[in-house]
Amino acid sequence: MLLNNLPILSILIYTPIIGGVWALIVGDRQEQTVKYFSLAVSIITFIFAVILYCQFDPSYGGMQFIEESDWIKAFDIKYHLGVDGIALPLIMLTSFTTILVILAAWEVIEKHISYYMCAFLILTGLMNGVFLALDAILFYVFWEAMLIPMFLIIGIWGGPNRVYATIKFFLYTFLGSVFMLVAFLYLYTTVGSFNIEALHDAPLSLTVQKFIFVAFFLAFAVKIPMWPIHTWLPDAHVEAPTGGSVILAAVMLKMGGYGFLRLSLPITPDGSAYFGDAMIVLSLIAIVYIGFVALVQEDMKKLIAYSSISHMGFVTLGFFLPFSIFTASGSSSGAIMGMEGAMMQMISHGFISAAMFLCVGVMYDRIHSRMIKDYGGVVNTMPYFAAFMMLFAMSNAGLPGTSGFVGEFLVILSSFETSFWVAFTAAITLILGAAYTLWMYKRVVFGEVTSESIAQLEDINMREAFILFLLAVVVLIFGIWPEPIFEVMHATVEKLIEHIIHTKIL
Amino acid sequence: MNNIEQIYLAIVLAPLIGSLVAGLFGKFVGRSGAHWATIIGVAISSILSMVAYKYHMFDGGEIYNQNLYTWLSSGGIDFKIGFLIDSLSVTMMVVVSFVSLMIHIYTIGYMHEDPGYQRFFSYISLFTFAMLMLVMSNNFLQLFFGWEAVGLVSYLLIGFWYKKETAVFANMKAFLVNRVGDFGFLLGIAAIVMTFDSLDYTEIFSNVTQYADSTITIWGDESWSLMTVICICLFIGAMGKSAQVPLHVWLPDSMEGPTPISALIHAATMVTAGIFMVSRMSPLFELSETALSFILVIGSITALFMGLLGLVQNDIKRVVAYSTLSQLGYMTVALGASAYAAAMFHLVTHAFFKALLFLGAGAVIIVMHHEQDMRKMGGLYKVMPVTWLTCLCGTLALIGFPGTSGFFSKDAIIEAVHHSTLAGSSFAYFSVMAGVFITALYSFRLFFMTFHGDQKMDIGTWKSMHEAPAVVIAPLIVLAIPSLILGAFLIEPMLFGKYFDDAIYVASTDGHDVLARMAEDYHGIGGFLLHSIQHPLVLILMSSGFFVAWLCYIKFPDTPDKLVSKIGPAHKLLVNKYGFDDFNQLIFAKGTIRLGHLLWRIGDINIIDGFFVNGTARSVRIFSSFIRHVQSGYLYHYAFSIIIGLLVLLVIFVHGVLD
Repeated sequence: MLLNNLPILSILIYTPIIGGVWALIVGDRQEQTVKYFSLAVSIITFIFAVILYCQFDPSYGGMQFIEESDWIKAFDIKYHLGVDGIALPLIMLTSFTTILVILAAWEVIEKHISYYMCAFLILTGLMNGVFLALDAILFYVFWEAMLIPMFLIIGIWGGPNRVYATIKFFLYTFLGSVFMLVAFLYLYTTVGSFNIEALHDAPLSLTVQKFIFVAFFLAFAVKIPMWPIHTWLPDAHVEAPTGGSVILAAVMLKMGGYGFLRLSLPITPDGSAYFGDAMIVLSLIAIVYIGFVALVQEDMKKLIAYSSISHMGFVTLGFFLPFSIFTASGSSSGAIMGMEGAMMQMISHGFISAAMFLCVGVMYDRIHSRMIKDYGGVVNTMPYFAAFMMLFAMSNAGLPGTSGFVGEFLVILSSFETSFWVAFTAAITLILGAAYTLWMYKRVVFGEVTSESIAQLEDINMREAFILFLLAVVVLIFGIWPEPIFEVMHATVEKLIEHIIHTKIL
Repeated sequence: MNNIEQIYLAIVLAPLIGSLVAGLFGKFVGRSGAHWATIIGVAISSILSMVAYKYHMFDGGEIYNQNLYTWLSSGGIDFKIGFLIDSLSVTMMVVVSFVSLMIHIYTIGYMHEDPGYQRFFSYISLFTFAMLMLVMSNNFLQLFFGWEAVGLVSYLLIGFWYKKETAVFANMKAFLVNRVGDFGFLLGIAAIVMTFDSLDYTEIFSNVTQYADSTITIWGDESWSLMTVICICLFIGAMGKSAQVPLHVWLPDSMEGPTPISALIHAATMVTAGIFMVSRMSPLFELSETALSFILVIGSITALFMGLLGLVQNDIKRVVAYSTLSQLGYMTVALGASAYAAAMFHLVTHAFFKALLFLGAGAVIIVMHHEQDMRKMGGLYKVMPVTWLTCLCGTLALIGFPGTSGFFSKDAIIEAVHHSTLAGSSFAYFSVMAGVFITALYSFRLFFMTFHGDQKMDIGTWKSMHEAPAVVIAPLIVLAIPSLILGAFLIEPMLFGKYFDDAIYVASTDGHDVLARMAEDYHGIGGFLLHSIQHPLVLILMSSGFFVAWLCYIKFPDTPDKLVSKIGPAHKLLVNKYGFDDFNQLIFAKGTIRLGHLLWRIGDINIIDGFFVNGTARSVRIFSSFIRHVQSGYLYHYAFSIIIGLLVLLVIFVHGVLD
């Protein structure tokens, strides 16, 4: 086929980057052109992602569509890309979300919209790069480069307290990733390669694995974020513009989860097993503690940010269950269920958090407040919006039939195999998640019109309706039939589980 | 029948399509378009359910157990969506779709002035779809889907009048309390998956005996029977949905929703999902006497104490709601006594007569211009004779007047409990007997306060009163018929015949086989009636309830007030609903929020951010501001420190040499 010779992975990285650079060059002189152009670029990227999905061979668990060439010969650093069943759904998520943020910015961003588009397009390319990189240094470069557009997005288009938020965001994530770089350098000196797949197979002593695990943990746990290094996220979200929040929640948090899957677990399986129980405890704290914190938030964006942290707790829980499940039952089927559930939770949280932040954005654009107390009775003036938000609120609460249910359900099922109490604690989210989401919904949407500004609200326009409709469709489809996502993951996840339950200590 | 699969699909999809038409295209199809689309959908569903019923119950149709599609597969387990159609599901399908159809028709009259007309029809059709999916499921996944979906629609409908603060509070409360139940339910499902590696009913039931003696450790080294853990977890789910103490608190508040849904969801169908679920899981529950005893006790508490609350309510719908709670308690008691068939029997008869009573109450409410306080009613039999008569039928069935449907089903439960030997069965027997008196008392209290006595509404309202419209009356009449006669037809096959043989399993050991023991004494419905006359305790209790109601509300209407002043504290206890709401509000609602604030303010803001994050930044600043002084730029400062340093080094060096 024609596509066989195309470097499709590079296309996925560079189409948006080149588009972004073009938008930068054209600048604010031709705003309309830049907007349509950016939309076209994002759609084309998504189409390539769909093509990749169609061409992908789900029965093979290894890397596919590999691209490899020398980059810095002296240190054996390569430009090395590949995609497997873990990266593929995340690529789809990234390119889909980009379309949404570009549409969401359309009339809303008044200041330098071309640069805004540029930042998002470049960010998309870099994020795709992180998911596709198979060389540690390449991974690190994409990983750090990603911070720059995000830093600018919050710093330029953000809210009043944006400087504090950007610095906190930057320092936190940067500090974490420096440790990752140190780990890479150490691995290079002992293993002699930056090739991630080679690092997977390299034997390491337990002590070394522990140190490397902790270094990776600092990089990834900050990104997810895990309790107790999560406090940058609510601040960043509150100050970020809607599109920034969407990308941050939908994709950037997934970087941490992806890092655990791509690096921590396979490179340091024994280290991960050693810290497995601690990770489970941290995840459970995130699920319950943060659930309580989310309940009392007065700022809608903060509430959703905290709910994100709580939901991401299921991701880390699912990733680190396999060790204790394997010890308890000796079979890997429960472990697979937990890990696939966690993957699904990442994808689904991408859609749902994007939708929730867009909903807050829709209201913010009209009233310029994120405070719950400034709202009340929105349904009276915005019935269509209220219907959409109801759907997303319910999926945030993990209602069956929406994608939000699938991951949590599988992770809870598999956690029962470790211990009754792990499942018990994780399942508290059923109550807490519903409580904080529906209580917010009640105070914001239901009731009599509470103020003059609510009375003058206009319902969503076609553009907003279209964005929310796209997300609604995705959330429902993957709730009713999640198999397409699982189908591409099976082989890769099975290979990964098989890999991590065998010790690497020589 | 070869095309039976299409029939089953049509049964669930017809209401869904109706709902989508009314919900998404409500503006285009208009009000009549919306009600026609949904009524036709539900009518198709109802007729086909009857066809399926006939096929299965009379024409000897096989059990249908097929999967539709694979939802997902993970870790070697296939999560599927599929149907299991046997006597149990087919009975539920007929009841659900038929009652739903009646309520759709009734809604035309009840909601005709409401601006949310299309939305309402969309919701109730969606509910019908979800409820049918729940009862037709062949696995736990789909059961849970339906379970939560009916909860969602219930949430949407309780809050249907979203401007009403009480309504949007009630719907959130309902959803959250149900979530507490679902929490247990989900753990039960997780335990099942861990044990059986499957979610499919048939597969689980066929392997269940090999796990009868398995144990699980939960607390320390103490091991629990696995089946007991599974069954109690599942039953916690049922307690949420079927509103058993202490998870009953949402049901009375759910009366904030429009009356048709109180009849459909919060009386006839959704709240019985828990009863249905336990009956469906009978092969599991039969293995745990501990769980059965637990069920028995919870059910008896609900049956007795929730009935008592019905005595002090003045809102007509709330009285019926407490009566529903009490009747659900009866069904639960039957489950606990292993008389699943009796529970199902009461579920069916109750669905008809309770829907009838709610719709009757709704008819009264419309005529009263949305006044629900019974103290402002009275004498209505003069203006609404048909409503009066049909409500009388419903009331007689509810109190178990001999010959009505309710008589057979309730008496069967009482007899079954009488035969039970499980721990807690004597308490249960006392509760259900006392419940007979209380039921008769509150039912006729409602009936007399509403339809008889003096007219207490103002004269203008009284003048404008008239019988409710035909679309409202017709469902009342249609529901009155099964309320009166259905029981006589069903008792023999359902309880003592082979009706549920393909779906419900009862261990034949002593203490479980209560219905088989009853069958030994059963000699036709005539004999059953005669038996109740020969052992007239139930009848005496019932008639004394009626008589007390007559004395207090017709003969000497000032008695209740006098009584209240005499027994003040007891009355207050009942009015406060035993303090459940206050307790929950204080401990759970306020407590949770306080904990949230604590974790946020102290954990996040003070410790993590204040101490560690900004604290680190602060310490860096303090440290550097201190260090800064060293770099003063004055030469003599530097020279001074060099000399000091030199001296220190010298001392160390000299001491080192000396040692």
